[in-house]
Amino acid sequence: MNAETILELIYAYTPFACVAALIILGLYCCIVRRNIIKIILGVSVIESGANLFLIAHGYRTGSVAPIYTLSPSDTNPLNYALPIPQALTLTSIVIGVAVAALMLSLAIHIYRKYGTLDVRKITKLKG
Amino acid sequence: MQFVEFISTHAPILILAIPLICAFLTPLVSRISDKARNIFVTCAIALSLATAVLLALDIYANGARTYVFGATSPGIVLPSGMNLPIRIMYEVDGMSIFMVFISLIVALGASIYSWAATDKYTGKDRYYTLLLLMVVGMLGMELTGDIFNMFVFFEILSISSSALTAYYIEGDSAEGGLKYMLLSAIGGLFVLIAITLLYSQYNVLNMAALASSIQYTTLDIVALGILMTGFVMKCGAVPLHMVTPDAYTVSPANITAMLVTASQACLYALFRVSFTLFGKSIIENMTYGTVGIILIVIGVLSMFVGVTMALPQHDVKRLMAYHAVSQTGYMLLGVGVGLAVMGDSSQMDAFGYKAMEGGIFHIINHAMYKGLLFLTAGAMLYMTGTRDLNKMGGLGHKMPWTAGFFIIGALAISGVPPMNGFASKLLIYESVYQFSPLLSIIAMVVSILTLASFVKVFHSAFMGPQLSDYRNAKEVPKSMIVGMCVLAAVIVVFSLFPDWAVKTIVDPAVDALLNNAGYVHNVVGGA
Repeated sequence: MNAETILELIYAYTPFACVAALIILGLYCCIVRRNIIKIILGVSVIESGANLFLIAHGYRTGSVAPIYTLSPSDTNPLNYALPIPQALTLTSIVIGVAVAALMLSLAIHIYRKYGTLDVRKITKLKG
Repeated sequence: MQFVEFISTHAPILILAIPLICAFLTPLVSRISDKARNIFVTCAIALSLATAVLLALDIYANGARTYVFGATSPGIVLPSGMNLPIRIMYEVDGMSIFMVFISLIVALGASIYSWAATDKYTGKDRYYTLLLLMVVGMLGMELTGDIFNMFVFFEILSISSSALTAYYIEGDSAEGGLKYMLLSAIGGLFVLIAITLLYSQYNVLNMAALASSIQYTTLDIVALGILMTGFVMKCGAVPLHMVTPDAYTVSPANITAMLVTASQACLYALFRVSFTLFGKSIIENMTYGTVGIILIVIGVLSMFVGVTMALPQHDVKRLMAYHAVSQTGYMLLGVGVGLAVMGDSSQMDAFGYKAMEGGIFHIINHAMYKGLLFLTAGAMLYMTGTRDLNKMGGLGHKMPWTAGFFIIGALAISGVPPMNGFASKLLIYESVYQFSPLLSIIAMVVSILTLASFVKVFHSAFMGPQLSDYRNAKEVPKSMIVGMCVLAAVIVVFSLFPDWAVKTIVDPAVDALLNNAGYVHNVVGGA
């Protein structure tokens, strides 16, 4: 295996390593952190990981944006980036914004009521 | 005649489109008057239910139906020159329409109930918008044949139900809503990651096309595991049940009844994934036993942990919420036994089919009686202002209707013979006994503990002398009684004619789950 193939492999697998790192980091944050805002951030980090995962599957180095009428006329059809993951990612980003907004607004209400965001002190519902 | 035909052709999308359009018309109608809005919302759900009945008659006569969006005719599954479906497609079979009935009947009862139950609050126009969106989320998950579409409706359901849980910020509702949303969001992301794993390998999102091309590689097994985790998180089964009692306790009673059906929509997704999406490959690879036993273990744990946690509760809604966890276990047990013997036709005929009948019949029974029980708990809360059983007492003198409905619900959930809960539990006991006697005995013990727990609730809330605090208590407003009546009527019908119910609506659902080759054939053709 020469240096070039190793470099190519690194290029190819870096996005997926990032995906794994983001998802594990996000889960760790959700489970271990005690502050509600940080837990919500953890969910957002997992979501970024999932979005990157989708996008990384649809992209190849040197590919063209999948807009047929705007691409150069001599584009090889195989050289377009896959459009479906991009559409899926857009949907998932929109959903993620709604989820984050709802959770943060609930966090505001919890802070108003308890005066703290520490989950160890917010224990009215238990048992 | 042409009109009926048009409705029938486009029924799969109309069921979903009616509540979706009405959801955003609701704030406009609210400008006229509160009463107009209430009737409008209930009519939207009733209309959707009528369309579902029309579609169901067609499905029971002619088999599953596919509906393709954006095609020149909704029947064109494969665009010309394509081997795989690329358009979003709804595939409605016996199981889907069965779940649609459950969601819509409970939503109908809950919406009538909320006419009076929310009368002391403001901001009801958006409340009803969210309520209809929640219905849309459930229906979308149940009707769709496209796995990404299912994820989108899963998130619509999560957002609207958690917003409704915390809609009236009082007491601890924000805490319950946040917990529910947190778990749903993580569950949804798990589903998305699994979808990416599958899409990256097979390039399709359609469930039937995916089912036909899945190779059952290691990556697919990982995807199956992540998908199941995501859906189990929200359906309230044991290892991840902690959020269920919290959210069910603090939400308004009619929303709690709908949260039960929301968790069942996720249960449907779990069954759809394990039977249809992975059905062919787990039979070919002989791993149906393992997957089935995973469901059985989750089910038995849910049954037992749920009921033991319910016994010491003295908050009436929290107690019922733990029973919801426990009853989910019965469904998982019944269907899990069916899955565990799916590839073995002799065992399937001997008891597997019956176990699945029991599990699936239990879904509709549970939605009805648990919905009814939560509505009666809401009625108690409405009159007494507390959920604490120790502070209640003697309500039977003043609230005979609520007490009557509570008795119907409590007898049904404990599986006392004439009721519908007994019919489905008996099917589960009989068939599971042949699979493993121990499981059947655990199920019976859990049922007895359930009865004990509801006797306690009935005694402390309704029996005894009248308390001076509630001297002015009276029966709840009429619309709340009518809402409870809807669910009680379904329970009574199923109790009187369990055979008819099993033959008419449950058997097509079981057949649809087992017939994954047919599900695939409708879309990609071939065997």
